[in-house]
Amino acid sequence: MHDERLDVESLHLWRGDRHVLRGVCFSLASGECLQVTGPNGSGKTSLLRTVCGLMYPEEGRVLWEGQDVRGDLRTFHCALAYLGHEPPLKAELSARENLRYWIGVRHRIGAAALEGALERVGASPWCDRLVRTLSAGQRRRVALAGLTLSMVPLWLLDEPTTNLDTEGQQLVGSLIAEQLARGGMVVAAVHHELPASVRDVRHLELAA
Amino acid sequence: MTWTWFHRLGSPPYVYGLATRLTPWFAWPAALLIIGGLWGGLVLAPPDYQQGDGFRIIYVHAPSAWMSLMVYTTMAIAAAVGLIWRIKVAHAVAASCAPIGASFTFAALVTGALWGQPMWGTYWEWDPRLTSELILLFLYLGYMGLRAGLEDTQRADRASAVLAVVGVVNVPIIHYSVTWWNSLHQAPSVMRLAKPTMAASMLVPLLMMLLGFTLFFGAVLLVRLRGEVLNRERSASWIREIVST
Amino acid sequence: MSRFGSPAAGVVVQAGAITRESTLWAGSHQAPILDAARLALTRDLQLAFRKRGQLVQPLAFFAMVTMLFPLAISPELARLREIAPGVLWAGALLASLLALEFLFRDDAYDGTLEQYALSGQSLTWLMFAKTAAHWLLTGLPLALMAPLAALSLGVSAAAVPGIVASVAVGSVALSLIGSIGAALTLGIKRSGALLSLLTLPLSLPVLIFGARATQLAISGGPLLAPLELLAALVVLGVTLAPLAAAAAVRISLE
Repeated sequence: MHDERLDVESLHLWRGDRHVLRGVCFSLASGECLQVTGPNGSGKTSLLRTVCGLMYPEEGRVLWEGQDVRGDLRTFHCALAYLGHEPPLKAELSARENLRYWIGVRHRIGAAALEGALERVGASPWCDRLVRTLSAGQRRRVALAGLTLSMVPLWLLDEPTTNLDTEGQQLVGSLIAEQLARGGMVVAAVHHELPASVRDVRHLELAA
Repeated sequence: MTWTWFHRLGSPPYVYGLATRLTPWFAWPAALLIIGGLWGGLVLAPPDYQQGDGFRIIYVHAPSAWMSLMVYTTMAIAAAVGLIWRIKVAHAVAASCAPIGASFTFAALVTGALWGQPMWGTYWEWDPRLTSELILLFLYLGYMGLRAGLEDTQRADRASAVLAVVGVVNVPIIHYSVTWWNSLHQAPSVMRLAKPTMAASMLVPLLMMLLGFTLFFGAVLLVRLRGEVLNRERSASWIREIVST
Repeated sequence: MSRFGSPAAGVVVQAGAITRESTLWAGSHQAPILDAARLALTRDLQLAFRKRGQLVQPLAFFAMVTMLFPLAISPELARLREIAPGVLWAGALLASLLALEFLFRDDAYDGTLEQYALSGQSLTWLMFAKTAAHWLLTGLPLALMAPLAALSLGVSAAAVPGIVASVAVGSVALSLIGSIGAALTLGIKRSGALLSLLTLPLSLPVLIFGARATQLAISGGPLLAPLELLAALVVLGVTLAPLAAAAAVRISLE
């Protein structure tokens, strides 16, 4: 059943003297997408990292399926995929090898699933070249392939459309739409609106 | 009841007030004990049978060495409390301890060298206790260096806390290995910095110095802690209230 | 049924009582930790071999350090033999420190460490895997090179097995201890000196026991006692160091 829920209750986060997150609250159910916007420095990345559990809020909690994630961070991490600003790829490995290591550490991936993911993002022609030789847009596509491969209910994306051309941005849109259709959830921190293929997007605006 | 007290200890304004009030209670007894101990040890106590008057430096050396270790343990405990329960005041305590402990260690080394000169004829010998003190000094310097190298206070607190806990676990291991190493290479005429056989007239001043140094550490810690808390909370509203009163 | 299942509501129970849930979110079912650790280890090894040139650097450094002493002190083999344990261990320690800076640096920089922390696997085990890879790439080659350095210092060939054993075991402890400092100083610019300041005091017991074992190997004495003490340090290190390194990594990600 679609009983996955993400509840964020009054998150307060300080970085040094700055009060970065001031009582952020939201709830996300299966099939919902939250778009987080705000100027630079408003805490979009900090919000994503706090929801992940990488950062520790001074006040507030994050609930996954009704349970405080602090009680069992590892199970929560098994249910989420986080994509930061930079794709987590090793320059001296190929795209295929990168995915095998990156996602393989999490769960077993079959060869068919790997091929399928590479195909989906259009990486098949160049998936055996070293990442060092790829453009920023291509690296971003490999990261998106990893996202698809992780097969988890919750996606936390920091600027997923960076470095992508129009076609690439459409790809992000369809991937997110597919994830939502499966019953997953997406939280995306973005500068511009998500592509139109993602419908019924909820909005959260962070003030500077 | 106990938990309220514990929680109040985590509140910076409360700790600031507590430190201000408690300081004289540590400082005055410390001064009396140290003066009394120095008088007893340097003037009243008889010269040692073997070492003559040279042993008197023990009244500064032994308490310094003892404090250097005690402060490190205190620092590690405070750091661990801050790390596990995320109490920022505990990190402030640990940060305040470090320079005090390093100073005690330095004092122990200097007094040890000064003691060594009449005893061994040389200012430095790779005596196991002095060598351990030297390594302890480097542990302190490493702790302070890590704090200084990390700009973000929270990360500096937590990273140095891990270091302090790792260090305190290693101190007995280091001490054991240095003693073991020294026992392999016993020079025939080595004179360890051993305490002379203690008559009561020698022992009492030493205990007074020990207690006096402990209270002195408490007083200095409280003063440093106030400064540390002020610095960390400088943008908080309760600071402005204190400054304006 | 497509790989991602149909979006219709309701539970579809397949043969074998696998719920749609479990095939849909297959990513929530973790790989066994040993597989994950093995992958982490293999990745580091594969990456190192793709940049083979860099592997030689600590070894070259070790060779150069060894060379300093005859030039600085005396070419007499008898004198060199006396100081050989010290020279070998000082060189091994310094070469280890040199290589430690790179243990976590690249992973921290490109987000791999972050993904490890978010993988749902035990970060302690992953740190252990990385440290093991580091030892295979640095400590073990050093242990194999040490006899050559020793021979150049006038040590007899009979001492070689003992030297390899003592440096091999000791360098495991050095890698473990060093991983803590490397994790603590992540992101600090020009952290080499600070890393040394943090690691050296903690490594002194390894130096003491290791050098003693090497000395006994050279003089032909029984080196079992210091070797066992070294092994005890390794056991302690294996239990505690990856834990401390994982805590330090999480702190650096905060």
